[in-house]
Amino acid sequence: MLEVRDIHTYYGDSHVLQGVSLRMEKGQVVGILGRNGMGKTTLIRSIIGFTPPRRGQVRFKERDITAWPSNRAVALGLGLVPQGRRVFPSLTVLENLAVAAKGNGGRWTIARVMDLFPRLGERAGSRAGKLSGGEQQMLAIARALVTNPELLLMDEPTEGLAPLLVREVGRVIERLKAEGLSILLVEQNLPLALRVADRVHILSRGQIVHSSSPAELMANDGVKSRYLGVA
Amino acid sequence: MDFWISQLFNGVSYGALLFLLAGGLSLIFGMMRIVNMTHGSYYLLGGYVALTVIWRGGNFVLAVLLGALAIAAVGIGEWNAFLKRLSGQELGQVLTTMGFALIFQDLALLIWGGDPYTIPVPAVLSGAYTVGQLYFPVYRIFIVAVAALVAVVLWLVLERTRIGAMMRATVDDPEMARGVGINVYLISMAVFALGATLAALAGAVAGGFVGVYPGADFEILPYAFVVVIVGGMGSLKGALIGSLMVGLLDNFGKALFPELSYFTLFAPMAAILAVRPTGLFGRA
Repeated sequence: MLEVRDIHTYYGDSHVLQGVSLRMEKGQVVGILGRNGMGKTTLIRSIIGFTPPRRGQVRFKERDITAWPSNRAVALGLGLVPQGRRVFPSLTVLENLAVAAKGNGGRWTIARVMDLFPRLGERAGSRAGKLSGGEQQMLAIARALVTNPELLLMDEPTEGLAPLLVREVGRVIERLKAEGLSILLVEQNLPLALRVADRVHILSRGQIVHSSSPAELMANDGVKSRYLGVA
Repeated sequence: MDFWISQLFNGVSYGALLFLLAGGLSLIFGMMRIVNMTHGSYYLLGGYVALTVIWRGGNFVLAVLLGALAIAAVGIGEWNAFLKRLSGQELGQVLTTMGFALIFQDLALLIWGGDPYTIPVPAVLSGAYTVGQLYFPVYRIFIVAVAALVAVVLWLVLERTRIGAMMRATVDDPEMARGVGINVYLISMAVFALGATLAALAGAVAGGFVGVYPGADFEILPYAFVVVIVGGMGSLKGALIGSLMVGLLDNFGKALFPELSYFTLFAPMAAILAVRPTGLFGRA
C-alpha cells in the first residue's frame, strides 16, 4: 500500500531525513516513535507532499507520488490529520468538513463523522477557531475521514489533550483500525501507540534505528531508554 | 445643504466604482499574497476593449461583458505563464506585474492612441433625476447599483457556497487546504481571473463616466491600493467600507481643499494604519 524508499528530505540546507525506508500493508497500523526533532513530522510532510524529498521515492498504491501536489495524493486516497490540528479557523465546523468531503460514495460522510463525534454536530455552526483544543482535534480527524482515505496519516493526534480526550482519540483509532483503515501514526504517547500498532519504527536523527512488533519493543528496555527516554 | 448631498452622492458613486476595482485586488492580495501592479492595466484595457466593441457596432451591455471576459483571459494567461511560478516571492511578483503594467500601457497607446474617449452610454442610462436644486445623473446611480449587485453576489459566493468556503480555507492555510484535497492552483487561478474581470468591468463602466484615456491605469491604481490597505487584505467587507471611505474622502477633499486632495486621502490612511496595521477588517 505505502512504500517509502530511501528518502532524503531537507529544510533549506538542513538534512532532516537521511535515508528513511518503510513499507505498510493494507489494513496495518504502523507507529512512528521517537523524541522531538528526530524527523517524525518531516516524514509525514514528505509522504503527503508538503515537503517533498529531494532523493528517494514515495510510492502509494503502486504509484510514484514523490513529487505530486498534496491535493493529488489526497485524491488518490491519502488522508492527513496534521500536527497542531490546523483546522481552518475562519470556517465553521460544517464548512471545514464540507471543503474536504469527497462525496465519492465512500464510507465517511459528514453525517457519519458527526455520529462518530457528536460534539461536532452540536457545534456545526461555530467557527473552528473558537473550538477547544479537544474539539479541534476531533474536527481534524473528522475532516481527514470525509476525504475517505485508504491510508490515514496521523501526526500526534493526542498532543496537548487531557487524559480523558486521549482515551477517546485512542478508541477512535482502534475503531478505524477494526474497520480496516490503514493508519500511519506518529505518536508520543507510548502506551497508546503500543496498543494500536501492528508494527513500530523508531526515528532518531532522521534515520530509522529500530523496527519491531510492539511486544518486542515493550520488552526491549535498552532501545526504550536510549531512543524514547523511558525506562 | 445641497452641496453636501450632491457631494455625498458623488463620493458614494466614485466609491462604488472603486469597489469594483479594489474588491478583486483585495481577494488576490489576501488569498495569494500577490501584489498585483497589473490591476490598473486590467481596468484600462477593459475600458478600451469595451470602446472597440462599441466602435464595431456592439451595444453597451455586450461591450461591457466582452471587455470583462477578454481581460479575464489576459489575467488567466498572465497567472498561468508567470505568476503561479512565483508564489511566495514578493519581489519577483511586484517586478513581473509592474513589467506587465508598463507593457500594457505602451500597447494601449500603440493600439488606441493618445486621445481620451468616452464610452457612449445607452439613452436609458443617460440624463439625470432632479430633486429641487439637486441633480442625480442616472449613470452614477447605475454604477452604484452594479457595485451593490457585485457585492451581494461576491458575498453569497464566498460565504454561502462550497467553492467560497474553499477560497476562505485557502486564505486561512494554503498548505493544509491542499492537504484536504483542495486544488489550490485552480482556486487561485479562478480568483485571479475573477479579480481581473471585476477590474475590467470597472474600467468599462468607468468609460461612460470618467472616460478612457492613457494614464488612467496608473492614476487609479494608488486608490485601489489605499482601499485594500485601509479595508484589510482579503476582506470583502473591508473593500466595501474602504471604497466608500476613499470615495467620500477623495470627493470632499477635492471639493473643499482642492490643493490638498492627496493629503485628505492619505492622511486618514496613515492614521488608520497607525492604529490598525492590518487595516480595518484585515487579519494578521
